[in-house]
Amino acid sequence: MANENLISADEFCVRYNTELSFITTLHEYGLIEVTTVEENYFIDTNQLQKLEQYTRWHYDLDINLEGIEVIDHLLSRVKNLQNEINSLQNRLRTYEETSRKILNSE
Amino acid sequence: MDFIDYYQVLGVNKNATEEEIKKAYRKLARKYHPDLNPNDKEANKKFQQINEANEVLSDPEKRKKYDQYGKDWKHAEEFEKAKQSRQQWAGANTGAESFSGFSGGFDEEGFSDFFQSMFGSGGRRRASQAKFRGEDYNAELHLSLKDAYKTHQQILKVNDKNIRIKIPAGVENGQIIKLKGHGGPGINGGPNGDLYITFVIADDPNFKRLGNDLYTTVDLDLYTAVLGGEIMIDTMDGKVKLKVKPETQNSTVTRLKEKGFPVYKKEGSFGDLYITYSIKIPTHLTEKQKELFRELQKTSS
Repeated sequence: MANENLISADEFCVRYNTELSFITTLHEYGLIEVTTVEENYFIDTNQLQKLEQYTRWHYDLDINLEGIEVIDHLLSRVKNLQNEINSLQNRLRTYEETSRKILNSE
Repeated sequence: MDFIDYYQVLGVNKNATEEEIKKAYRKLARKYHPDLNPNDKEANKKFQQINEANEVLSDPEKRKKYDQYGKDWKHAEEFEKAKQSRQQWAGANTGAESFSGFSGGFDEEGFSDFFQSMFGSGGRRRASQAKFRGEDYNAELHLSLKDAYKTHQQILKVNDKNIRIKIPAGVENGQIIKLKGHGGPGINGGPNGDLYITFVIADDPNFKRLGNDLYTTVDLDLYTAVLGGEIMIDTMDGKVKLKVKPETQNSTVTRLKEKGFPVYKKEGSFGDLYITYSIKIPTHLTEKQKELFRELQKTSS
C-alpha cells in the first residue's frame, strides 16, 4: 500500500529516539491513530505534530502517559477558552470604545 | 549586555549536581514549556531563559567555562572575540525577518547576547524536535478593517520564498489560520512544518465591528433632523442614500440590513450596519437666525 502520507513507526522511533512501545501505548490510550499494514505500524503525517508533542512531554519533561492524557484534555479546554476570551474581548473593546466616545462627547 | 546568573535562573546552588540541575530544569520546564502555555509570550520567554541555563549548566564543558569566566566576564578578551563571530553568524541567519512577528521555534531564537558571546552559535545543541518534521512557524499578519472586509490574495515572504495566500473576507481579530507545509523544512525526508498566521485587525476610525455587525455614528444637521430629508452616508461598500424621518431625535439608531461585515466563509452573507445619528446644533448664528429661533421658541411655549 503506497501512501506517501504514512510514515513507519519504526522510522519515527529512529528519528526521535523513542521506543515503539511508547507509540503503541499512545494508540491504546486513544491519543493518536496508528495504521497497521501487515503487522507494521504506520503513522499519518497529520498525526506527527501531536506525536512530536507527546514525545517532548514524555522524554523532555518526564511526564507519564496518564499525565499526557490529562494535559491533552486540559490543553484543548484551554484553547477553547482562549478562543472564547478572544471573541469576548473583541466585543468588549467595541462597547468600551463606544462608551468612551459618549463620555467624551458629553 | 548583562551577566546572567544561570544558577539563579534554575534556582540551584553553585555546587548543584548534574542530577539536581536536571531535576530543577524539568520542574521549571513543566511549568513554562510553550506546549503547555499556548499563546503565552511571557511563559515562552521564561522557557527560553530556562532552556539556555540548562544548555550551559547541563554540559560539563560549558559549565566549566561559564564558572571560570562568569565572575569577571567583562574583562575577558575572549568575549570580545566571540562577540565578533556572533555578529557574523547573525548576518548569515537569513529568513524569517522579512515577516513581522515571526518566531521560528524557541530553539532557533531566544538565546541571549550573553550566551552567544560566550559560546557562539555553535554552542547550541539541536533540540529534539527538529530531527524529522520541520518546525512550525508562528506569525502575525496585520490587517485594516477594510482589508478584512474583502477576500483578497496576499503574498508573504517566508524563508526567502514567496507564498500566495488567500484571506477570506470576514476574518476576525485574533483568528488563527494554519498553512500546511509552509513551516520549516523537514529533515531526513520528513514533512515540512506548518505556518500559523494570527490576524491582528486594527481598529477603524469610522466603523466598529461586533461579530458580523458594524456600528457607525453619522452627523445629522438640525434642519434635516427636524424636517426630514435625505443624506448620503458611507458604508464599507461605498456611499448609500438614506431617508431621514422628520423629527428624528438625537442618538436614534437605524439599521441597514446586510450592509455590515461579511460572514466568514459564507459568501454573499453579511451582518447589519447600525447607524447612530448625532444631531449637530448650528453654531455662529447670525442675529437674524437667533431672532427666528426666538420666534420658534414663542410658538412652542
